Amino acid sequence: MLGVSLDQYGFLVQGAFWTVVLSLMGFVGGTIVGLPVALARISRGWFLCRASSAYVQFVQGIPLPVIMFVVYFGVSIYGFDVNALVAAAIAMTLYSSAYLGEIWKGCIQAVPKTQWEAGECLALTNLQRFIYIILPQALRIAVPPTVGFLVQIVKNTSYSVVIGFFDLTYSAKILNNATFKPFIIFTAAALIYFAICFPLSRYARRFELRLHRRNA
Amino acid sequence: MDYVFDFSFLESFRSEIINGVRLTILLTVVSILPGFALGTACAVGRLYGPRWLQTAVTIYIEAIRNTPLIIQVFWLFFGLTVLGARIGPFNAAVIALVINTGAYSAEIMRAGFQAIPKGQLEAANCLAMTRRQIFWNIQLPQAAELVYPALVSQFILMMLATSIMSQISVEELTGVGYQVQSITFRGFDVYLVIAVLYLALATMLRLCLHGAAQLAFTRLRKLRTPL
Repeated sequence: MLGVSLDQYGFLVQGAFWTVVLSLMGFVGGTIVGLPVALARISRGWFLCRASSAYVQFVQGIPLPVIMFVVYFGVSIYGFDVNALVAAAIAMTLYSSAYLGEIWKGCIQAVPKTQWEAGECLALTNLQRFIYIILPQALRIAVPPTVGFLVQIVKNTSYSVVIGFFDLTYSAKILNNATFKPFIIFTAAALIYFAICFPLSRYARRFELRLHRRNA
Repeated sequence: MDYVFDFSFLESFRSEIINGVRLTILLTVVSILPGFALGTACAVGRLYGPRWLQTAVTIYIEAIRNTPLIIQVFWLFFGLTVLGARIGPFNAAVIALVINTGAYSAEIMRAGFQAIPKGQLEAANCLAMTRRQIFWNIQLPQAAELVYPALVSQFILMMLATSIMSQISVEELTGVGYQVQSITFRGFDVYLVIAVLYLALATMLRLCLHGAAQLAFTRLRKLRTPL
């Protein structure tokens, strides 16, 4: 098809599979680390607040490829045999936890303050207020930006190509070197990325509109 | 764990590193304004243009925003080479960055235009301003000022994204890091330094953009309040 064999398209799909795997690992890791970051960002403790803010600023000020390199070379110092997947997953976790932490911090703060006060009037403890009153409301606000950020995660897994992780971008690069049909191969790769990202973008936007309508 | 850091490469590769920083700054500076202009044009086209233009701009924005920058760069760089147009890696990188930033700032600016209070436009109409005057004197400055924080974040993200350009042999900071690393085998140390340099660059860019805001927005300069 268009000078590129079916096997070669299959190779792209294989790369796309690893892109999805890395995205999921990045999202799960980012959730596990990002939630405490979000909580620390809104905590009243001086140290927690400062430390988490510094963490977010650090990660957001360093390009993802550089984070990938630092992790890739850093893990090997400890004598572990570095698998590019492990390094890329750690880097994606660092990256997405900083952004997700910041997003979720905003969502928790977006819950009106009167809700906290009402909880206090009902003699709920801090933890109870957070779990039963604030969290359910914050979660609903958090869905659209979180899905929107998933798009960023999928796109940014492509940076793992710098440490030689076999994902969609890497497979497209190899195929281009072999066949030298850049327009067809990179268009095909772009279409696959688009097919993953566009539904997510659409879903995020629709959910956001619905949320606005309900609040209006 | 007895790892000893060795930053002696800072001495021996100083000029390479400085060149890398310079190239990163150059890529950023050259791409910001055209990217912003393209984005504003697209936002206007999508909001006020004829039907076909709206569709075309929407397709452009969605296509760019839902595919990775690196694929766009490869497509442009290798694709143009096949077509016989040799534009060189630096130009390809700048074009890709402008196209990419254009799509993102278009969405930001669209939000800005939509957020302007209707009263402003009605007031401008009452003053018998022409369509063109309204756009240049009322809409554009207010929209830009409203979404300026988002634009700043976007431009910083773009600066960080230049780090991928070493993939098409533009030897910016990350590319220099890779070279130094492959000679000295001190990958961790090298990239720690590179990371710190990027942090410094991001902070500097943020300061510069805030300074630019003070210059560009008269209202902000005089009143010192957010719009």
